[in-house]
Amino acid sequence: MSESLRQTVTITNPNGFHMRPIEAFIMAANRYPDCNVTVAKAGKDPANGRSMLALLELYSPAGTELVIEVSGPRAAEALQALVQVFQLNFDEEEQPTR
Amino acid sequence: MEIKRGIPVSPGVAIGPALVVDTEGIRIPRRYIDKSKISDEVERLRYALRLAVADAKVNQQAITEKVGKQYGAIFAAHALLIEDPELIREIEQLITQKAHGAEYAVSRTMRRHAKALAALNQPIFSQRSTDLIDIEKSILRHLVGEHGDPLQGLDVPAIILAHDLTPSQTANLDPKYVYAFATEAGGKASHTAIMAGVLEIPAVVGLGRFLMDVSGGDEVIIDGNRGVVILNPDEETRERHLVLQKQFGFFAKRLDELRTLPAQTLDGTRLLLLGNIEFPQESSHCNDRGADGVGLYRTEFLYLNKTEDPNESEQFEAYMSVLRSIGPQKEVVIRTLDLGADKLFHRDDLQMDEKNPFLGMRSVRLCLRNMALFKTQLRAILRASPFGNLCIMFPMVSTLMELRQCRMILADVKEELEEEKIDFNRKIPIGTMIEVPSAALMAEELAKEVDFFSIGTNDLIQYTLAADRTNEHVASLYNAGDPSVLRLIDHVLRAAAKSRIDVCVCGEMSGDPVYTILLVGLGLRQLSMTPQCIPEIKKIIRSISIDEAKQIAQDALRFETARDVNNFLREQTRRILPEVVVN
Repeated sequence: MSESLRQTVTITNPNGFHMRPIEAFIMAANRYPDCNVTVAKAGKDPANGRSMLALLELYSPAGTELVIEVSGPRAAEALQALVQVFQLNFDEEEQPTR
Repeated sequence: MEIKRGIPVSPGVAIGPALVVDTEGIRIPRRYIDKSKISDEVERLRYALRLAVADAKVNQQAITEKVGKQYGAIFAAHALLIEDPELIREIEQLITQKAHGAEYAVSRTMRRHAKALAALNQPIFSQRSTDLIDIEKSILRHLVGEHGDPLQGLDVPAIILAHDLTPSQTANLDPKYVYAFATEAGGKASHTAIMAGVLEIPAVVGLGRFLMDVSGGDEVIIDGNRGVVILNPDEETRERHLVLQKQFGFFAKRLDELRTLPAQTLDGTRLLLLGNIEFPQESSHCNDRGADGVGLYRTEFLYLNKTEDPNESEQFEAYMSVLRSIGPQKEVVIRTLDLGADKLFHRDDLQMDEKNPFLGMRSVRLCLRNMALFKTQLRAILRASPFGNLCIMFPMVSTLMELRQCRMILADVKEELEEEKIDFNRKIPIGTMIEVPSAALMAEELAKEVDFFSIGTNDLIQYTLAADRTNEHVASLYNAGDPSVLRLIDHVLRAAAKSRIDVCVCGEMSGDPVYTILLVGLGLRQLSMTPQCIPEIKKIIRSISIDEAKQIAQDALRFETARDVNNFLREQTRRILPEVVVN
């Protein structure tokens, strides 16, 4: 049975929701291929949650609030997995190793 | 419609489809496809996308193994971008709804997004536009297949848009298919610009970054008279330029009718209009335009792209072929080797690491340090001298001592030929170029030791204003109309008049209609230029009197800025000859 769930997250990564976190987000979304996933900034049209380009162009630097919306089978589980991505710190591991 | 302004380097107006050549040299072949081919085209796109994804994954693995996982991840992200559902939807829509070719659809979509990303505030976002361009290339490579030089074997009409073209790429352009070109880099006096003039291909250079805004196949207008490039013109602009194109052709034809008329002012003063050439074949361009001779024969081509220095007989043959074409009476001024050490690739012994090559070991300085190289050229020139009206000219002389050294070496070579009983013109005229401010300031002393001066304005302007003419950031400082340059030229002319020697100007300035009246008014009676410029300059000369030109030159010398000088000269030129195109 289908459900539509949403949750607001705040970007804490110093560099924002950039290519690396977006990649992790899409990988997570792709584990739920039957779900519809969108990401929206407050007041803006939702962007396709599987589109790297759409998410990049959303432009979410640190501090931005994003609304994640998931509908479809196992939506609750999917939403939880997606929100978890925002708790990972991408910018530290990006530091080049010396 | 977007309008870009650059530096006009070769006149003419052209309209046609863009062929974008980026640094990797991929070109977009066509804009539209037949409606019946749409589903094939979508299939072709999907296949290329699959291959591009596979490439990204191979890269990911290779980079991960080489430098670490976090770098490999960049390519994992690339794979995701290529498979981006929104991106694919957009590209496919252009194919299915607009019947665009896959290459064009990819290029247009990617460029649009690259531009959107580039406009974002933070570098970590805006720099992703480079990733998109990278991905665009990867997809296009699979769509068009591997190409060598994309400009080779061009068989459809196109307007070439590139970051930069090398002089040799330009030289190989086929004017039959290449209607015009425009580049982001370059300046008015770069070799690429000179070559465009030689081939008579309308060209605009120094436009700054603009390739991101254009996709292959877009309609483009190049106005080589005004230095304007128009992307995707609207109907009205298009019509207007079609008219301009016709008018330009009409004016060019009228200029052609001047060929047999002398370059004579209204009061009957005869001037010499000479051609600048680099390749012996260009002598025919001089003859076609009714040139009075060759005022600057650049000999560098003999040395470039060679595995060893050209020997004496090779050089002799080249000089002879020019003399044969120009005839025995008309003057031909050969400039001795004017290369920097950085350009003589085949000579390891001459390679040196120079921080500032334009202030380094170049031109006559290089020759004076490499006697064998210098003497071989002087021997070849002297041997050809009995067969025509040859003159020798030394470039880049900056002190009196250098000139004396050159003369001594020439005397040595003459003596050798005497001993070998080889015929040569014992009175061959010797000239020095005035292209370093120090030489201009010492003109009085130099004039006593030579038969003629030739003012090389390209370098003189560059050294006087300390601005590299090919560096788009400072190119605007480089200005022939700068009062400092005019004063130096005036000084040189006065010095030459005292010693009663001839003076010629052989820089791009002499072919620029804006400066013709000024140069004549300052006292020049010889101008040497790209042969293609001769008819237009002749037209101006035939429309003025010496008194009028003198007055205008005196007025021009009173201005304090290049802008005022140029505005004044443009105004005067338009007043005297309204149909001349002055930029």
